[in-house]
This record gives sequence, structure tokens and C-alpha cells, in this order.
Amino acid sequence: MSEKFKEILVAVAGQPNSGKSTIFNLLTGARQHVANYPGVTVEKKIGSFRLNGDKVVVVDLPGTYSLTSYTQEERIARDFLLLERPEVVVDVVDASNLERNLYLTFQLIEMGLPLVLDLNMVDVAGRRGFEINVKELSLQLAIPVVSTIGNRGKGKNELRQTIHSTYRNKQKFTSIRLDYGENLELILMSLEKELSQDPRLTEHYSSRWLAVRLLEGDSEVQRLVRQQSQKAEYILNKVKQQRKHFIAKHKKAPEKIIAQQRYRAAGKIVEKCVKRTNAISKTLTDRIDKIVCDRFLGPIILAAIIYGMYQLAIVQGYKLTEYTWPLLAGFRNFVALFLPSEGFICDPILRAMPLGVIDGVIAVLNYVPIFVILFALIAILEDTGYMARMAFILDRVFRCFGLHGHSVLPLILGGVCVGGCAIPGVMACRGIKDEKARMATILIVPLMNCMAKIPLYVLLIGMFFAKQKALMMFFISTITIIIALAAAKILNLTVLRKKESAPFILEMPAYHLPTFGGVMRRCVERVWLFVKKIITVVIVVAAIVYALISYPGLNKDRTVYYESQANQAIQIFYKKIGDDNLYTKLVAESQLMKFTTYWEDYKKAKIGVKTKQAKETIGQKFFNKNPDFFKIVKRGKYELEGKKIVDKDAAKVEKAYKKLSKTRKKLRREKREETIASSYLGRAGHFLEPVTKFAGFNWRVNIALLSSFAAKESSVATLGSIYQSSSEEKEARLEERIKQTEQGWTPLHALGLILFMAMYPPCIPTLFMIKLEAASLKWMLFAAVYPIILGFVMAVLVFSGGNLLGFSGLQAMVVFYIIAIAVTTVMAFIKRRTELT
Amino acid sequence: MTLDEVKIGGECSVEDVFADGALGQRLLDMGFVPGTRIKIIRNAPLVDPVEIFIKGYFLSLRHAEAKTVEVVLL
Repeated sequence: MSEKFKEILVAVAGQPNSGKSTIFNLLTGARQHVANYPGVTVEKKIGSFRLNGDKVVVVDLPGTYSLTSYTQEERIARDFLLLERPEVVVDVVDASNLERNLYLTFQLIEMGLPLVLDLNMVDVAGRRGFEINVKELSLQLAIPVVSTIGNRGKGKNELRQTIHSTYRNKQKFTSIRLDYGENLELILMSLEKELSQDPRLTEHYSSRWLAVRLLEGDSEVQRLVRQQSQKAEYILNKVKQQRKHFIAKHKKAPEKIIAQQRYRAAGKIVEKCVKRTNAISKTLTDRIDKIVCDRFLGPIILAAIIYGMYQLAIVQGYKLTEYTWPLLAGFRNFVALFLPSEGFICDPILRAMPLGVIDGVIAVLNYVPIFVILFALIAILEDTGYMARMAFILDRVFRCFGLHGHSVLPLILGGVCVGGCAIPGVMACRGIKDEKARMATILIVPLMNCMAKIPLYVLLIGMFFAKQKALMMFFISTITIIIALAAAKILNLTVLRKKESAPFILEMPAYHLPTFGGVMRRCVERVWLFVKKIITVVIVVAAIVYALISYPGLNKDRTVYYESQANQAIQIFYKKIGDDNLYTKLVAESQLMKFTTYWEDYKKAKIGVKTKQAKETIGQKFFNKNPDFFKIVKRGKYELEGKKIVDKDAAKVEKAYKKLSKTRKKLRREKREETIASSYLGRAGHFLEPVTKFAGFNWRVNIALLSSFAAKESSVATLGSIYQSSSEEKEARLEERIKQTEQGWTPLHALGLILFMAMYPPCIPTLFMIKLEAASLKWMLFAAVYPIILGFVMAVLVFSGGNLLGFSGLQAMVVFYIIAIAVTTVMAFIKRRTELT
Repeated sequence: MTLDEVKIGGECSVEDVFADGALGQRLLDMGFVPGTRIKIIRNAPLVDPVEIFIKGYFLSLRHAEAKTVEVVLL
């Protein structure tokens, strides 16, 4: 690239619902990436394109109605414009909403940056009967104006060229100066004069802009002046005086007059540039809203849409995982091929650890199909404009608990009923504009019933509440949201007290048909973000958990014991087959381990194979691998050169090995159980027993609960490995095994455990998401700790309280349910201080 | 009277905004300046918030926020 080609920084600004992201995509195409603005969770999209040899780097600013410093988005947009000084700013304007959009345009003009106005969605405006004179608009504002139809790609080249030409002429860039009226202009002019005497200020900022903002009482700009100017105190004092005078004289704050003048100017321009042709009295949006926001139909439609999302994403998505799981399992087995092979009793760490990590990763990746559907559906809800209606309908309910109408979606994704995932739930909290409500939502999403909690519910309900299955499921799927709402209110009144709260002033955008490309782009973007972030975390966590349940390991005596047991079994095996067996040499010493692997592989390959043809293919494959071993695994019955052969020696080896294999498995299991029980995690389980016994948890349950921290779906698996089958002959079902070991368990034990699981702290990937979304480690730790306390208190209440009062499981449940509803209702009526000042 | 007192279907014109700070600025930004015409469209199913038509677009806000807007009926 030659030197004279430049890199041009362009910012895309605009109000929400102006089609800003569509224009950003239009300009940059696929060449973009997503980052975060420093220190905050607002997405920063950066893309680029080449024009006339120059590289144009485009940054998508957050959509804002104004550029004050009251909201995070506005601060970010403004700071970017001030500090990064883009060479050209593109102001995307909704053509059918020109007046309000021009309000922002005036503020951008005031900042003194070269500006291009992109009049977007001119087709929609045309259909609504607005005819806009683009030339006149450009004349009135004294800036270039390009009309586009973003979602159909119209106006792309013209916009690009205009950006480039504006860049080339940026030295000469001038624009109109908005007249704020005589009263204000006098003050503004004297302020501007004062400000322009300080070169450190005027070097970076337009003095007009500074003057207007100072007069508006903008605290961020005051801070800025303090930082940059030596006579800051003098200037700020003067501003204060002038404001005071103005308010005393005109009985109105300057910012009111300023806003009024901006709107007046916008109104005048609209009058000059927009012709109303065939004015439609009722738009399609009006007609849809009449039904969708109706007092009776509205909630029904909302419920239907939520149910539909749940069905499509969770139920159907879960079915999809049946197809994707074999791929993931295949990947695991593929990796296993390159790792050191299994030992007879003890696997080498280079095998066990990587496989443990991969198991952790694929357990999470397994949910990707669900996420793909979910994210696509959310993108559709966002793009159509229904999301705003959802908030409109539900805000009243959620507000009682310090949440926001927009909290509904994260809660659904988290699994309000049964089956969700907290990760997309926490991600979806981005849409909540009220910081306080957003944090409260982030913190309660993990209390919903994510899919990984369900196996334990099912197991325990099957064991202790078989007759009241439906009632129990209803209890579980409703108790969590009831408790979560109360928790939200309590968090709101305590730890979140000081968080910024925003008024609920929500535009109800016109309905749009979402485009396939737009939806897919957003969906892929989010899934990719998820996969990228999660995998790295899970790898680390899975490795740590592996270490916690494997170390410090068994002591020497026990290790020797297991080895001698294994050797004994092997000796018995050799004795059984005898020295004169043809195969003895083939399975002797080091060959035995090779055969073990072969045997296991063959058994694994045969699982689920039904057709005769498939069986033959497997047979052929294993025959090619090792014909002698093949004879053994076939119990000596095989075909050789078309003749059926019965090989008694092979049959004998097979029979003896079957016994050995069983012993081997039993020893491995026992050893694993003992390792876990004596591991760091196991010790913690024992250590906690004196406390957790009040909730009905013994050390075995403690281990299962502790190990669930990495991934809750493992709770049942861990229980499975702790409650090993004691009968050698038959694999008993887990329910029976638990009942055998825990003779004294009552339904109260189960209920306590269920409630604790319902409140179980978020899994590590969710915690990581919380850290990202809350932009703070402190909140992440809080999110991990408070559910433990909450869940434990509830479990103690149910278990110890129930025992004290002599309740049955069902009675305890009903009483607890009533108390929970009562608490939540009381919470709803506690008024929070209205933040209207 | 204040905006929250206007009946559904009623039309009014903004006189003043009482709120200052974030809420006041937000209302100004959204077009609640003296002389702006507002039409009340509908209440949400649970009465609050309320949807209005202002400056050519639809906006919903809570009654508590509407209370800070002084209006005159048209």
C-alpha cells in the first residue's frame, strides 16, 4: 500500500430505531468485528471498507435520542466523538420521523465535526405519505444529505462516496448555527468568547458546543472544563451565575429553552422540506397495536409468543441436540485416539485430564443448537418491534419488584417454567436500559430452572414424590419465579440501592418485517461470541475441577491394595485359560492391556448397531485390526474361508476375560469413589456436613452439590459415581442404589435438596457472563454467594422446620409455597423511593 | 392539569415539564416542549404504562412520569 492512502475514521450516529445498524452493515459488509467500549458492556462494532484506495474504518455508535450525559449510551457516543475525533460522522435519520431525529442532528452539528446526513427508510416514509425534498433539506442544514433504503441496500455507493468527499473537504466544512433566541444567545456569546480565550479548550472542542452544554448544566462537561482549563473555576462560576440569573428572570431552566428551540428549528425545517401527500389515517402499526396491546388479547398473544419461543427453542432445540450430540461425542473419541491408552486400573493423567476437560466443554457446547434458535428468535422479536410491546404490557408487574418490562425475556431464556439456560438469559439483559433493573435481572436469572437442574429434580421426584409428580413439577416450575421476584425486590432495596435508575420512556417503533440476513447475522454473531468466550472458561474450570476431585489421591497402602487386587484377578484369569491354550501367549503380559483396549473398543462400536450389514462392517474392521483378538471377542465362533469354525480355546479365553473385565470395572469404580471421597472436594463435603445436616445434606450429597458447581448436569452423574452399585451381578438403577445407601431418607430430605438445587449458584460459564455483563468481579462473586445462602436457608426451613413440625413432604411443600407467595406479595407492595428528582 | 389525567383518546398540548435531572432531560429530548401536541392512545393491559402519540411517533411512559408534564386540553 502506498503512503498516500489514508485510514479514515468514520462514526455512525443516530437515534434508536433509525436503522443505524442496517446502515453500518450496508457500509462495511462482512468486514466487521464486535468489541466492547472500555469499561462498559455496550457493544462496539467496528467495520471497514475501501474507497478510492483509502481504508475507511467505520464505528457504530450506540443509538441515542440526544447527547447529554445522563445515560451510559449517550456518554459513550459523546466521548467517542469528543476523544476519538472521527473525520466524518454519518447521522442516520429515520425519514418518517424527521422532526425528532433532527433534534439529534442539531447536537451533532454543534460539535463541529464534518457531518453527512443519511435519510434512511425513505420507502417507509413514502408509503406513509411523506415526500421529502432532499435538496432543500441539504440546503437548510448546509450539510450533504443522502437518501437510503438500508434493508434493501439502496444508496450504498452514494453514501460511501459522500463520506469520502466530505472527508476530502473537511477543512472547509461549515454548517448552520442554530439560533437559541435572543435571551440565550447573549449569554452564549459571552461564554463562547470566554472559552475561546483558552486554546487548550478550543483546540479539541467547539466553543459553541461547550457553551451550550455548560449552560444546560451538563455535569460531564463541567468536569471536562475543570480538567482542561486553568481558569475553570472562573468559567464555571460565571456559568452558574448566568444560569441563576436566567432562571430567576425567565422562570425556566436554560435546558428547557434550548430543547424547545431545537424542536422549533426542526419543526421549521420539516415544514419546508416535507410534503404530506396522501395522509393515511391508520397505519398498519396502529392496526396491529390495537390487537397486540389490547387489554384482553394483548396478554394472551404475549403468552402465546412466549410459549411458542419456549417450544421452538427449548423443546425443539433439545431434540436437535440428539443429532448434534453424536458429533460432539465423536470428537471426544477422536481426540481419545491420540491420547495415551487406558491403564488396567489407573489411567495416565495425560489421558484422564484432557478427557475430563473435553467432557466439560462438550457438555456446554451441546446447548449450541438451542442457542442458535433462541438468538434467532430474539433477533426477530427485536427487529419487528414486538420487544417494546412486551415491555409495555408487562412493565406494571415487574416494576413492583424493581425490575423492568424488558426483564421478561432474560427470565424466559433463563427458564421461568422449566428448561432454559442462564447464559443467554444474562446476555439478553443488555436490552434493559434501566441500570438498576438490569443488574437485578442479571442477578435473578440464574435462579430460574435451567436445563441442567432438571435431571436432579426428575430423579428425586421419581424417588419420593412418585404419586404427586405433576403437582411437584408445578411447584418447582413456579416456586423459582416467585422467590426470584422477592429476591429482586430485596436486592433492589439493599445492594442495588445506589445504582442508576432510568425512567421508563420507551418508543414504540413502527413494526418492521425482519430481514433474513439481518436476523442470521445477529444470531451468528451472538452464538460465536458465546462459543468463543465460554470454551476458554470451561477449559480452565474443568481442569480445576478435575484436580479437585482427583487430588491428593489415594495413599500408598490403598494404591498397593488396588494393584494387588488387580494382579490377583489377572492371575486367576491366566489360571482359568491354562498354559496349553493357543491364545495364552497372545494375551500374555503387555498384550493383555492391548487386548483390553481392543475389547472395550469392540463393545463400544457395537452399541446401538442394529442392521446386519452394519454389524458385518464392524466385524470386518475389527478382524482387519487384529484377527486373533477378533476370534476371542467372537467367542470362538467365526467363519474362515467360508467354513464355520468353533474355536474352543478362544471361547475359553472369552469367558475368563469377561469375568476379569467385570472385576476390573468394579475395582476402577471403587478406586474412583475412594479417590473422590478422599479428594479435596470430598474432604470439603465431610467438613461441611455438621452445617449442611440441618438442610438434610450428608457428605455424599455435599460432594455432588460441590462438584455441580462446574456444570449442574453433573450432579446426577456425581451421585451416580458416589452411590456405586453394591450388588455385583446387576447394575441397579440409581434410584435404588441411593435408597439402599440412604435408608433414612424422607421426602423432606428430597424437598430440601430440590429447593437448594433450584437456587443453586450459577455455573461457571454463567458467572463469567455475569462478570462480562456487570463489568465487575465483585458482582460476579456476589452472584455466586447469595444464591447459596438463599438456597441453604430455604432447605433448612423446609427440612429442619418440617421435621420439627412433623410435616410430610407434601405438607412442607404446600406450607412453604404459601409462605413464599405471601412474602413476594408483601414485597410487591413495598414502595421504593420514586426517583423522579 | 397533568398528562396522566388526560383520558384515553384525548388530545392536549404541553405547557411545561416539572421534572428536572435525567427524567426532565429525557422528556425534553423526546419532544415534551411547550406547544407540542399529544394524543393519548391507550393504557397497557394493567393500566400502567400509557401509550401516547407525540411529534409523529408513539411513546409509552409510566403514569408517575406523565404526572410531571403539565398540559392543557385541546
